[in-house]
Amino acid sequence: MSDLSKRSRRNRGLMSFASSIIAILIGLLFGFIILLVSHPDQAVDGFVTILRGGFFGGASSIGQMINIAVPIIMTGLSVGFAYRTGLFNIGTPGQFTTGAFAAIYIGSKWTFLPAPIHWVVAVLGAMLVGAVWGSIPGFLKAYRNVNEVISAIMLNYIGMYLVNMLVVETVYDQLRNQSRPVKAAAKIPTLGLAEAFKGSYLNMSILICIVFVIIVYIIVSKTTFGYELRAVGLNPFASRYAGINSKRSIVVSMVISGALAGIGGGLMYLGQTGVFLQVVDVLAPQGFNGIPVALLGLNNPIGIFFSGLFVASLTVGGYNLQLFEFTPEVIDMIIAVIIYCSAFTLLFKNLMEQLLAKRKAAAVKEEEER
Amino acid sequence: MNTLSFVVQQTMFFAIPLLIVALGGMFSERSGVVNIALEGIMIMGAFVSILFINLTQDQISGQILLLLAVLVAGAAGGVFSLLHAYAAITLRANQVISGTALNMFAPAFAIFITRSVQKVQQIPFNDTFRLAKVPVLGDIPVIGALFFQNAYITTYLGLAIFVVAAIVIKKTRFGLRLRSCGEYPQAADAVGINVYRIRYKGVFISGMLAGIGGLVFVIPTSTNFNATVAGYGFLALAVLIFGNWRPGSILGAAFFFGLMKTFASAYSGIPFLKGLPLPSNVYKMLPYVATLVALAFFSKRSQAPRSSGVPFDKSTR
Repeated sequence: MSDLSKRSRRNRGLMSFASSIIAILIGLLFGFIILLVSHPDQAVDGFVTILRGGFFGGASSIGQMINIAVPIIMTGLSVGFAYRTGLFNIGTPGQFTTGAFAAIYIGSKWTFLPAPIHWVVAVLGAMLVGAVWGSIPGFLKAYRNVNEVISAIMLNYIGMYLVNMLVVETVYDQLRNQSRPVKAAAKIPTLGLAEAFKGSYLNMSILICIVFVIIVYIIVSKTTFGYELRAVGLNPFASRYAGINSKRSIVVSMVISGALAGIGGGLMYLGQTGVFLQVVDVLAPQGFNGIPVALLGLNNPIGIFFSGLFVASLTVGGYNLQLFEFTPEVIDMIIAVIIYCSAFTLLFKNLMEQLLAKRKAAAVKEEEER
Repeated sequence: MNTLSFVVQQTMFFAIPLLIVALGGMFSERSGVVNIALEGIMIMGAFVSILFINLTQDQISGQILLLLAVLVAGAAGGVFSLLHAYAAITLRANQVISGTALNMFAPAFAIFITRSVQKVQQIPFNDTFRLAKVPVLGDIPVIGALFFQNAYITTYLGLAIFVVAAIVIKKTRFGLRLRSCGEYPQAADAVGINVYRIRYKGVFISGMLAGIGGLVFVIPTSTNFNATVAGYGFLALAVLIFGNWRPGSILGAAFFFGLMKTFASAYSGIPFLKGLPLPSNVYKMLPYVATLVALAFFSKRSQAPRSSGVPFDKSTR
């Protein structure tokens, strides 16, 4: 029995993978057609550039890709984790930005910290503030019946304006209208990665990111705690009947989800990547990009890790597209088509599953008759 | 008096697009399809119609051009929303997925097309639509200054859409059927209603209104289109939920938010607020904080359409 269920689970995993691949192929085909229609003479070169993406442009290109991937993997984990527990966390931009500010503030001001733990405390601060920001929609949903989508949207804007105000008042670089650089000790160690990937600012944030991928995977799939959170998402009434505190579960899910997005903000701005928090009235795109990354990764932590890398690779390809007469927006269109087609392939997956189930039923019946 | 009419006029500019788009969202969600693609559809509607204005403004101008552009925006939004309808209704896909795809596609598409035609990504247009004063009505004391001066025809269009939408959803057979598909589609199906067709109509109406809303948002606030509607689609989604999926409450929510937004963006033009020693970001936060607080107090009994977001499968019960 256990052998059978294991095999069927593996089959389902394979099918999900296959359907994602099909969606990606359709998306890339669409991209090629777009290139072909707009500039036929450069289409093939442009398409090769997209395919090469971040993976085949040498060490600096790989480093650049990973730096883009880390924040969106973290926000993808945030969206995916909430989704598995029945919540749609559209509040990642707010959690990401508030977390980022916490990290920058600690990284610039808390110089009393001993150097070796300065950056660790800054990342933890980002995590904490992201968790607090995420907990608000959780509390409001659990105890005041406020739809988490609307409160999260409100908190995105509140977070953005709040952070703009706080940056201006605490860590402001007036000349460039952005945050000042953090202290050297608050920067995430490179562990020699920057030297290994010459021309990039690679640091160990990718390793931290991998650790969180594993942690989320274990929580969701291997613990009773994660099982309870998912059960509340699937059916809050049944789980309450089974003795799970569903209100508490909703809050806890949002806290974890917010923490993951907050860490993303911390890792991005504490890296030595030369990016600073801009004082502009625009919601953090890294937050919203967590949604497609999570969807493409089928809300599975490991899937999210690879889909984040994939999206980052396409993004690098998009930058390089500007060497030709193309705009990088081609990439967004390709990703949109891939996500749209992943809706198609869910149907395709269901069909395959039905087919397999029918065959299995027939086999069992045959067995019985014999 | 001047301050009051200024506040009312500004509030209209913010509230009317929210109202139109949230009403659109209402048609989609009450038929049972969650539409988080409102933002993307707004951008698509605004893009196509502003492009239309840009290309034809040498030949025609004024209110006729604006009304034609409204039709174009509605058509563009409606057609674009069919992509969402196909995935969400026919393929019974997860409705967040196709909505996200549309939100991503629209701005990229707008920038791509614009940049393929011209060097910059902004599409400029001449604002020949502002009505300094509506004839006759604008001369009425008090009311004239408040509602019929320095206005756009789209404001009245938005209010007309509200009246029609409220009647359609509450008083007509189509409205009743649409609501039943969002609450209990199996029951609707059992009495012979074609759930799929009703849901297609719901999504299409939401697409048309969102497309129009995109244009209505851009016209009074800018003189070029830069492939964005500044998150108004998401705000409209919030207004829809805040308005508890009912037309009257949506109207209230849209104007509440519009008024707050006016205080936020134009506080320096309001003597009473200008005197307070607060950073501008505090005012900018105000609409969102006020909405959040209001939600915390008034959401206890709010109830989404029961089957909103649940794909309908005729073969299950």
